[in-house]
Amino acid sequence: MAMSQRLPLLIFAAVMAAIPFIPGVPPFWIVLLNNIGLAALVAMGLVLLTGVGGLTSFGQAAFCGFGAYTTAVLTTAYGVSPWLTLPLSLLVSGIAAVLLGIVTVRLSGHYLPLGTIAWGIGLFYLFSKLEFLGRNDGISGIPPLTIGSLRMLDPGTIYFAIWIAVLISALLTMNLLDSRTGRAIRALRRGHIAGEAFGVQTPRAKLLVFIYAAVLAGLSGWLYAHFQRAANPTPFGAHASIEYLLIAVVGGAGYVWGGVLGAGIVVILKEILQSYLPYIFGGQSQLETIVFGILLVVLLQLAPTGVWPWLMSILPFKPARKMPDTSLELPARVRAPSTASALLHVEKARKQFGGVIAVNDVSFDVQAREIVALIGPNGAGKSTTFNLITGVLSSTSGAISVLGTKVDNAPPQEVVKLGVSRTFQHVKLVPDMTVLENVAIGAHLRGHAGAIASMFRLDRADEARLLAEAARQIERVGLGEQIDQLAGSLSLGQQRIVEIARALCVDPLLLLLDEPAAGLRHMEKQRLAALLRQLRDGGMSVLLVEHDMGFVMDLADRIVVLDFGTKIAEGTPSAIKTNPDVIKAYLGATA
Amino acid sequence: MLFLLQDGITNGAIYALLGLALVLVFAVTRVILIPQGEFVTYGALSYAMLATGQVPGTALLAAAMGVVAFGLDLYGARRSLRLKSVARSAALNVVLPAAILALTYGLAGPKTPIAVNIALSLLIVAAIGLFLYRIAFQPLAHTSVLVLLIASVGCHLALQGLGLVFFGAEGLRGPPLSNAAVTLGPLRFTGQSLAVYGLTIAFIIGLWLFFGFTLMGKALRATAVNRLGARLVGIRTTLSGQIAFLLASVIGAISGILIVPITTLYYDTGFLIGLKGFIAAIIGGLVSYPLTAVAALVVGCVEAFSSFYASNFKEVIVFTLIIPVLLLRSLAAPAVEEEKD
Repeated sequence: MAMSQRLPLLIFAAVMAAIPFIPGVPPFWIVLLNNIGLAALVAMGLVLLTGVGGLTSFGQAAFCGFGAYTTAVLTTAYGVSPWLTLPLSLLVSGIAAVLLGIVTVRLSGHYLPLGTIAWGIGLFYLFSKLEFLGRNDGISGIPPLTIGSLRMLDPGTIYFAIWIAVLISALLTMNLLDSRTGRAIRALRRGHIAGEAFGVQTPRAKLLVFIYAAVLAGLSGWLYAHFQRAANPTPFGAHASIEYLLIAVVGGAGYVWGGVLGAGIVVILKEILQSYLPYIFGGQSQLETIVFGILLVVLLQLAPTGVWPWLMSILPFKPARKMPDTSLELPARVRAPSTASALLHVEKARKQFGGVIAVNDVSFDVQAREIVALIGPNGAGKSTTFNLITGVLSSTSGAISVLGTKVDNAPPQEVVKLGVSRTFQHVKLVPDMTVLENVAIGAHLRGHAGAIASMFRLDRADEARLLAEAARQIERVGLGEQIDQLAGSLSLGQQRIVEIARALCVDPLLLLLDEPAAGLRHMEKQRLAALLRQLRDGGMSVLLVEHDMGFVMDLADRIVVLDFGTKIAEGTPSAIKTNPDVIKAYLGATA
Repeated sequence: MLFLLQDGITNGAIYALLGLALVLVFAVTRVILIPQGEFVTYGALSYAMLATGQVPGTALLAAAMGVVAFGLDLYGARRSLRLKSVARSAALNVVLPAAILALTYGLAGPKTPIAVNIALSLLIVAAIGLFLYRIAFQPLAHTSVLVLLIASVGCHLALQGLGLVFFGAEGLRGPPLSNAAVTLGPLRFTGQSLAVYGLTIAFIIGLWLFFGFTLMGKALRATAVNRLGARLVGIRTTLSGQIAFLLASVIGAISGILIVPITTLYYDTGFLIGLKGFIAAIIGGLVSYPLTAVAALVVGCVEAFSSFYASNFKEVIVFTLIIPVLLLRSLAAPAVEEEKD
């Protein structure tokens, strides 16, 4: 991490360390800060899970419960030392997350949050009914944390344990997000197809964030148990889970520090409401929930992204980004000496959706160093053919092979390993990631650092090479100026070019481009054509779908024409131009 | 054994009603309506309070929400204020709840007939449902399911807190709709439980007819599938949302009035009842009415049997019931690509 990014963290740590030593700080403030730290840990996990990964959990408090009850049972019933129970608490939360996660992350859309509500409530009742967890009364008399002769009995000492945990977790989480695995996680929210086309194992990435968030919640639960010296089911129920989600949304669900800020805002606000509302409205309790609920709705209507990004945008200084060192090289793909088999061989590929035959026994080849265009009227089955080749869809029948290796019905992650990369007709970039980060997803399979290595910054050499490759490909397609801009801020035409750079990061043998020239101006089209010719001359093959006939006729070595899912012609551009069937398909029977 | 089954079916029928309302609201507005449970308690406890001759605080809430909704309407149309639209908004948001409030004050008393009390409770809760959509969800109508879900949680918290203010922490029971009873072999059917069955079946058929065969129903479904598309062909999507919330609040209130003579309801009971309706709705996939109804009966029976055989773990069993179902669903229909945000 660059010094400029480390400095605010150090200042924050110094301020937090100094607070208990300021004379005259009421002890009650320290208790409040402890509660903020505990909530911030859970919220940080939710930031990663919900804000970044797009998986909403309404059951996060249950994982705090696993952490708290593990240490409560082990320390009170078996006399295990509190420090020994820390890894066990985290392990139990993690295992619970694996079991629940395997079921949950498979759920799509709104089923996922609903599923978490269900098991969140189920677990709450389980905690409150189990005999060995003390039922509704819970477990009390949990021993305090001790270091040597220091017993962390009062809020002022455990304060340090809590905030060290918060700072370390924040650092590890930010490290994780700024890495190869982090980019895969950040791409999850935009759907799974784009990531998988570059080798990301989406279900595994989802499970990873799920476990990560649960372990952070477990850590919070463990600290909570030793802070309160007791554990009962109430703080692990549905309302607590909802409050954690509220904290993440208030602070800014997409930002690690948003979780900490949100925890501060919500805990303090709740305290103020609880102590002052009864004076204003008489003795009725629960008034703070009314105000809370209303505030939540108002906040969503006014600032759906939370307070943290708003705070960052009014700060006068912007963090500087470091340019990748483009001299670093990634090993190139080992290219087999020219073989007899075609680079891509499609044999009677067929795709049926119910009664509709989208691709009807289509056969064609792509040879090495060749630009082939796939044309046809709208609905001819061109994009479906792309999806069959790249494994997004499985074919009903027929055979597809790359350099002699059969790939029909192989998952997209396997197809890309063979050197087939693609762009999408509807651009699939992550709009709130920079061009560089988006393109680096293309090099996912060429890096090796895992999540743990990234958290502890052992991935820097690997990471630098990936970013260098991404920067080179961005330069190659002519977007060097835009490298640090957010992908969502570019024009649609430029976004298509970013997709080409991302596909080039695979170091592909075959590039599949789905309408690359749509939305480009005349000069940009010419530059794109020049780039594709240059790639072909460098040994790459290109298969493209395109509607701009001038562009296609000028560029392609060979053209395959589809109409209603059936191949009606194949040949050189000049032969296709005069083919009566093609003219009929494009202009109608009477032409 | 048979008695447990009967108990389960009665509860299940209530869950089915709530499940239907949840499916309805989700299908039209994409809102997962957590406050559905509050509609139940508001309906039930307003009815119970009216039965004792008191005016429930919900009538005031409806009026207050109407004023807020009117303010939002005025603010939203501040650049093109026309007398006609202002008058229409005032009639719907101010005059209507004020009339309900006046009616409640005028009619409430210890001798008010049950039918009048029921009508008043339904009117009050319907108005609250209508204004809830206007105030909380209409400004968010274009956002993601997640944002709507969190907003829905916020509404639940606020309404539940208000429930405590209006009804107090003590539970209430209401008078039964009828004291008739039919004995059939070993089973005794009370008029109350027969009303539960009858109304549930009527609603299922009614909703099925409404969505399958009327233009309005089809317009509501179109709004659910594609908001922009529906607007382009001239469907008033705001109206669709209002109708969905109106129906959901009425269904919730009816369910509440049906069960409040059978069990004591507290201000926070609705949440749990609503959640069980949820489980049924989720099992039904949030799309199918008949499947939701069947699932609700299953949930009711599982609850009845588990409260008899393993009463401690009743809730655990009911809520974990959903996990194998979700697993089956996700295995049967692998995740499809969704364009989000």
